[in-house]
Amino acid sequence: MKYMLLIYENPGTREAFFADDKLRAEMNAYIDGLTESGEFVGGDGLADPSTARVVRSHNGVPAVTDGPFMEAKEYFGGYMIVDCDSIDRATEIATLFPPTPLGGAMEIRPLMDGGGAED
Amino acid sequence: MRADSVEGLLRRLAPEVLAVLLRRHSQFDACEDAVQEALLAAALQWPAEGVPEHPRAWLITVASRRLTDAWRAEHARRDREHADFAAVPASELDAPAPADEVPSGDDTLTLLLLCCHPSLSPSSQLALTLRAVGGLTTTEIARAFLVPDATMGQRISRAKATIKDAGASFSMPPDDERDARLKVVLHVLYVIFNEGYTATSGPSLQRRDLATEAIRLTRLVHRLLPADGEVAGLLALMLLTEARHGARTSPDGSLIPLAEQDRSLWRDELIREGSELIAATLPRARVGPYQLQAAIAAVHAEAPSPQETDWPQVLALYELLERVASNPMATLNRAVALAMVHGPHAGLDLLATLDDDERLAGHHRLTSVRAHLLELAGDTAAAREAYKLAARQTTSVPEQRHLERRAARLGAG
Repeated sequence: MKYMLLIYENPGTREAFFADDKLRAEMNAYIDGLTESGEFVGGDGLADPSTARVVRSHNGVPAVTDGPFMEAKEYFGGYMIVDCDSIDRATEIATLFPPTPLGGAMEIRPLMDGGGAED
Repeated sequence: MRADSVEGLLRRLAPEVLAVLLRRHSQFDACEDAVQEALLAAALQWPAEGVPEHPRAWLITVASRRLTDAWRAEHARRDREHADFAAVPASELDAPAPADEVPSGDDTLTLLLLCCHPSLSPSSQLALTLRAVGGLTTTEIARAFLVPDATMGQRISRAKATIKDAGASFSMPPDDERDARLKVVLHVLYVIFNEGYTATSGPSLQRRDLATEAIRLTRLVHRLLPADGEVAGLLALMLLTEARHGARTSPDGSLIPLAEQDRSLWRDELIREGSELIAATLPRARVGPYQLQAAIAAVHAEAPSPQETDWPQVLALYELLERVASNPMATLNRAVALAMVHGPHAGLDLLATLDDDERLAGHHRLTSVRAHLLELAGDTAAAREAYKLAARQTTSVPEQRHLERRAARLGAG
């Protein structure tokens, strides 16, 4: 079963992360460990929200705005997809995420899949 | 020879060749790599140049050579690193594979038991079984499970390393462990089957091959252990389930429940084979959960319509199944049978006993069965809400579509 781990960051968590060599080494080891176990499917960090654009329907017509979300206390900062045996294991993976002590949150969401049992 | 028949031949020979190598050299990871390379060489050469006269011996020779080369390279590397000269036992490694070396079926079974070793995680057992016994490439397995090649490659190499660390050897486990180990093998084959069977369309299409592969491997085990009731039961269950595959989805990809399937689309030859197999097995074998599930599938398969289904027999079989292997899914299915025999309220009462079971809490199957029974009981509003809730709870796209359609059919709420 695949799960997406959605990483929510606070302003400042990333700066703190990049300033901390030990944490970055732990992060590398964390990803290596998930890769080695065959559970890591993919993932990326997102650029700062100030670089974002938003498309929103306005009276049925898509309207584009730039995204300064400076006031946001918490924003979507990146994701990982893991393929593991249970949601408990996915949760364990999330709790081991090294930058957690810096703040922010992680949401664990099962991916929808194309299979299904009829009865 | 056509490429697909070469592939079939290679897949059949793969576990036998690996077993021969393991008998000689016992290093599972190195032998498995060597066999994969030999299979790849054959897949490239044979369609163009023709299949050699003794294909198995050809593969054994090529794989042994690869193994020798790999070990020489490894020794050379170590020699450079440690200036420690260790002679490669070349005479042993170079020994030609006798053309008449025919591995016994027990070797394939031993190999299956090794791939489903208890030290491995379930997903590793699946991957390793498909590669080492099924002869699939890492890319094919990765595609079937919709993960990147690198992820599946890591899973397989980790599984091989785990087997090495566990000190598992290529030998039949002692008698007192054998039954428990075989149970794991059957479960792995069942999960592989379900991965393929439940795939519907679109990007999942390649997963369908997993169902075919699981049936092929289970046939193989059945041939090796014809007296084992559960092996026969599992094969019958797969055949009877697979028979319904063409009828289980609508063109828009939503699921069609058993009761609404077009039974003319069920495949008679699979139903006949599965029914005969389970009918021949039940009277003589010690009863087990796969046999009972196959028997239930056979009752459904033999009914010309849902109304003509022998529900009392289905109910009796589910009662037996719960006694042999108690699990909440069996209880859930018994509730449906109970409703068909004694009315929807009897089924709903049984469902109520499952609400506290944490294995089913929040599970869409419990909610959707309740929705169905509420609908049968005429409680349209409650049924609609339950269908909507179940649609939110499932992680399957086709199930969600089916449940939403069910809710919509009951009118706007």
